[in-house]
Amino acid sequence: MAEKLLEVVDLKTSFYTGAGEVQAVRGVSFQLEKGEVLGIVGESGSGKSVMAKSIMSLIQSPGKIKQGDITWRGENLLGKSEKQLRAIRGNEISLISQDPMSALNPVVKIGKQMTEVIIRHQRVGKKEAEKRAVDLLGKVGISSPEERLKQYPHELSGGMKQRIMIGMSISCQPELLIADEPTTALDVTIQSQILNLMSALKDKEQMALILITHDLGVVAENCERVLVMYGGLIMEEGPVKELFQNPKHPYTEGLLRSLPKRSNGVKERLVPIQGSPPDLLNPPQGCPFADRCPYVMDKCAELPPYFKVDSERKTMCWLHESEEGDNHE
Amino acid sequence: MSENLLEVKDLKKYYPVKSSSLFGKERVLKAVDGVNFSIKKGETFGLVGESGCGKSTIGRSIIRLHDITSGNIFFDGDDIASLNEKGLKKYRRRMQAVFQDPYASLNPTMNVFELISEPMKIHGNPTPAEQKDTILSLLDQVGLKKDHLYRYPHEFSGGQRQRVSIARALSVNPDFILCDEPISALDVSVQAQVVNMLEDIQEKTGVTYLFIAHDLSMVRHISNRIGVMYLGDIVEIAESDELYTEPLHPYTQALLSAIPEPDTTIAKRERIVLSGEVPSPLNAPSGCKFRTRCPHAMDICREVVPPMLAIGNGRQVACHLYDEEGKIIE
Repeated sequence: MAEKLLEVVDLKTSFYTGAGEVQAVRGVSFQLEKGEVLGIVGESGSGKSVMAKSIMSLIQSPGKIKQGDITWRGENLLGKSEKQLRAIRGNEISLISQDPMSALNPVVKIGKQMTEVIIRHQRVGKKEAEKRAVDLLGKVGISSPEERLKQYPHELSGGMKQRIMIGMSISCQPELLIADEPTTALDVTIQSQILNLMSALKDKEQMALILITHDLGVVAENCERVLVMYGGLIMEEGPVKELFQNPKHPYTEGLLRSLPKRSNGVKERLVPIQGSPPDLLNPPQGCPFADRCPYVMDKCAELPPYFKVDSERKTMCWLHESEEGDNHE
Repeated sequence: MSENLLEVKDLKKYYPVKSSSLFGKERVLKAVDGVNFSIKKGETFGLVGESGCGKSTIGRSIIRLHDITSGNIFFDGDDIASLNEKGLKKYRRRMQAVFQDPYASLNPTMNVFELISEPMKIHGNPTPAEQKDTILSLLDQVGLKKDHLYRYPHEFSGGQRQRVSIARALSVNPDFILCDEPISALDVSVQAQVVNMLEDIQEKTGVTYLFIAHDLSMVRHISNRIGVMYLGDIVEIAESDELYTEPLHPYTQALLSAIPEPDTTIAKRERIVLSGEVPSPLNAPSGCKFRTRCPHAMDICREVVPPMLAIGNGRQVACHLYDEEGKIIE
């Protein structure tokens, strides 16, 4: 049995704004095994990025983790001090964010930014850190790495900056890399380069990967297991292949149907999901998808629990209540 | 039958770029470097390519949001490339645009009624009652409600704002709408709503679209024909299904193979991963601009710019690999 690396239990994160409490993550539980690749899909506002930041304890005021446990290799991260967290962040768990343009400090040279991380966590001298930085840039496929270290971020292209971010994030051989929309700002040909690179590194360094994206294609091709988020909750969870071929939750089904098909000749009309996502300032009491769902029932006014649909899959939808009887969690 | 609404001939748009040093030489950025294509009445022509390839510049040149460096743009038979602002006015009504960011393209201090009536007032003289009637029927057409009439942009979601933008474009009965990444800023589940709506409008009014986007599968869905751009050039034009099932240009092949496929039942296509990045348009390679990343690059590609070959069935490709019949030269 594989080793459990990360366990999140009933995580709730809210932002206290002038307009009221925005409940970005409303009770999310999942686990991650060593070396696993987990995909998290969801639209903007579904809470996927806030969840990633919560795992790293990077939620800043006015945001707050209201409730829940985040267990990293047996230790609860939420009870840790800032000093203890710093030893973990960047060292054991690394985060790559969506926008490589703004994640790098524009007035500090690449070399300084990279060696800073290495010196901090690996306790090596400046010379040694520079040597390691050059190695890392080579690993992520950047040509003439010595030159790059002397450059500023604005001198590099988006794809190159994202490579540098990946290089920085693996500089301490993390156990887990969280990539939050790592290729959204990039063109497709560069996207496939970056995804290839991440999967090669994952195999080589044996790290686990959480890939957060709104692109179902990216998840289908790169992940083993997937969580589908909507309205701050996980709607459905399961192995990628089964989940995409046979979605159990109406939201997943709707998402997949709204994509253009690759059928030839006859043009099929798209099947959109009507309406728009819920307002998390006043999230609905019941199922967040109820008012857009074609199968809505009276019961949906009450938030469904998770129903297990087979050994590896669960879904938060009343439609599957009868299937497994009282087998739910 | 299939008359051209728009014909673009050898369109060029160059931007001067000042050198960073005071006495440095001024350089020229060739954003669009001599493209030719035409769009038929009532069709949707898609333009795809990576960021910086010049697709938006073409769009903006066609509706004359800026002056062009050289070339001709025939709109319904008239060359509008060299018209001044006064001469353009009567064409402005017939050419409208919907842009990517519905948060930036709507004036936040105007309500829906004001936003949609503004172009109507510029291009006609309707009474307030006429305006209101037209606007209400437009709102209905784009799926908004009557009580949205006096709301302001900040009260709407991204998808709803894009609907307002589309209603505004439609308010003057245009013949042509430039759709420049109209769905890129929208959520996946909302994109399909807007695409369906654009299709319905086209069916009803016969409007012609130039659809620019980087989401290749959506472009395939909505377009009749597609042009593929690389560094300021169109490298291939084809019917959309043909382009996707049998891409000819090596760049098109690589671009299409890079689309991640959400359908796990389809066998994975062989992915052509291009090495390197798009060269700077300030310093484009000689000959074929794609040669520095092309897996099939030959000696001739370095020296000779490949001409655009018309290989029948409206299909065109600019690559030294093919002869006039579209056969691979051995």
